[in-house]
Amino acid sequence: MHELSIAMSIIEVAQEEAARRDVKVDAVHLELGQLSGVVAEALLFSYEIACSGTPLEGSRLVIKEVPIEVYCAACNARKILSSMQWFCCPECGTPTSELIHGKELLITALEVRDECRTAPVGSP
Amino acid sequence: MSAEPRLLEVRKNVLKHNDVTARMLRERFRAQGIFVVSLVSSPGAGKTAFLEKTLTLLHPDYRVAALVGDLATENDAIRLARSQAPVKQITTGTLCHLEATMVERALDDWEIEGQETGDLDFLFIENVGNLVCPSSYDLGENLRLVLLSVTEGEDKPLKYPTIFNSADVAVITKIDLAEAVEFDEQSAKANIQAVRPGMRCFTVSAKTGAGLEQYLSFLVGRLAGVTLKSPV
Repeated sequence: MHELSIAMSIIEVAQEEAARRDVKVDAVHLELGQLSGVVAEALLFSYEIACSGTPLEGSRLVIKEVPIEVYCAACNARKILSSMQWFCCPECGTPTSELIHGKELLITALEVRDECRTAPVGSP
Repeated sequence: MSAEPRLLEVRKNVLKHNDVTARMLRERFRAQGIFVVSLVSSPGAGKTAFLEKTLTLLHPDYRVAALVGDLATENDAIRLARSQAPVKQITTGTLCHLEATMVERALDDWEIEGQETGDLDFLFIENVGNLVCPSSYDLGENLRLVLLSVTEGEDKPLKYPTIFNSADVAVITKIDLAEAVEFDEQSAKANIQAVRPGMRCFTVSAKTGAGLEQYLSFLVGRLAGVTLKSPV
């Protein structure tokens, strides 16, 4: 169960980005590969706990799970694995360990709003 | 009142801090000519016995040292020290895996026989016994070994494909017990190949020494690949 460590890293990276742009984070969008070693449910649970007391408190974590995609030399094509217990091309059965996607642990976007400290003055 | 929400595109690796440290470590090891091997397995798969044997057999001819990670106790470091090789314990407290910064910190204040770690040929890093969490963290190693003992059953690779996928070489340990537990070596190897086609696999016994020669020649061959340093 290292999802709490991962959640804390997500918050750290997201907050760095937010602070640099002077914005407040409503949600963090994350790509999570099937081979990342991280379980989505456990991560969502940990995220809420890890957020408390940080500037990201109350923000959402939006997870997009990424399937395992390999390159099959025999088909000369990218294929989505049907099972992570069987690293073979789902079409022709050729074994392959050439991984293209599936290890993602990537923040792709932040839903943010500008921090409005004062009401606009003199606006029409 | 806050402004309207908007979507900001960023592409940031969640473990970028770990990855940056791991890259720095890898570069430092390369410059120093050190070949770094990490070991992962479930608790009780025989990492420490296997590593003790590895250190003992390499120690006369090569400069070797080991870092060993555990949640608590210095027991493994004490066991490994019997090999006469320098050993340092990393105690993680409640953390279930090693991270690159822990390796960096452990190396920073470590002098081996009055020398800095830069004089080593091999550095071994024994991770915390866990087949899940260590898979996400790069430690700057050149080679990651995943150990599987015959008592764990032939289908371990199918249950933990992620860690087998993050490793470079598989080692089947405690082969001296194979008969007693009716271990099917061919089936275990087929399962390793199913989750990681082409994965190199060694079958060993730290107790009888079976299979260790092939594994050690493989390591020495890999060391020669990264450095032209000759043995002591």
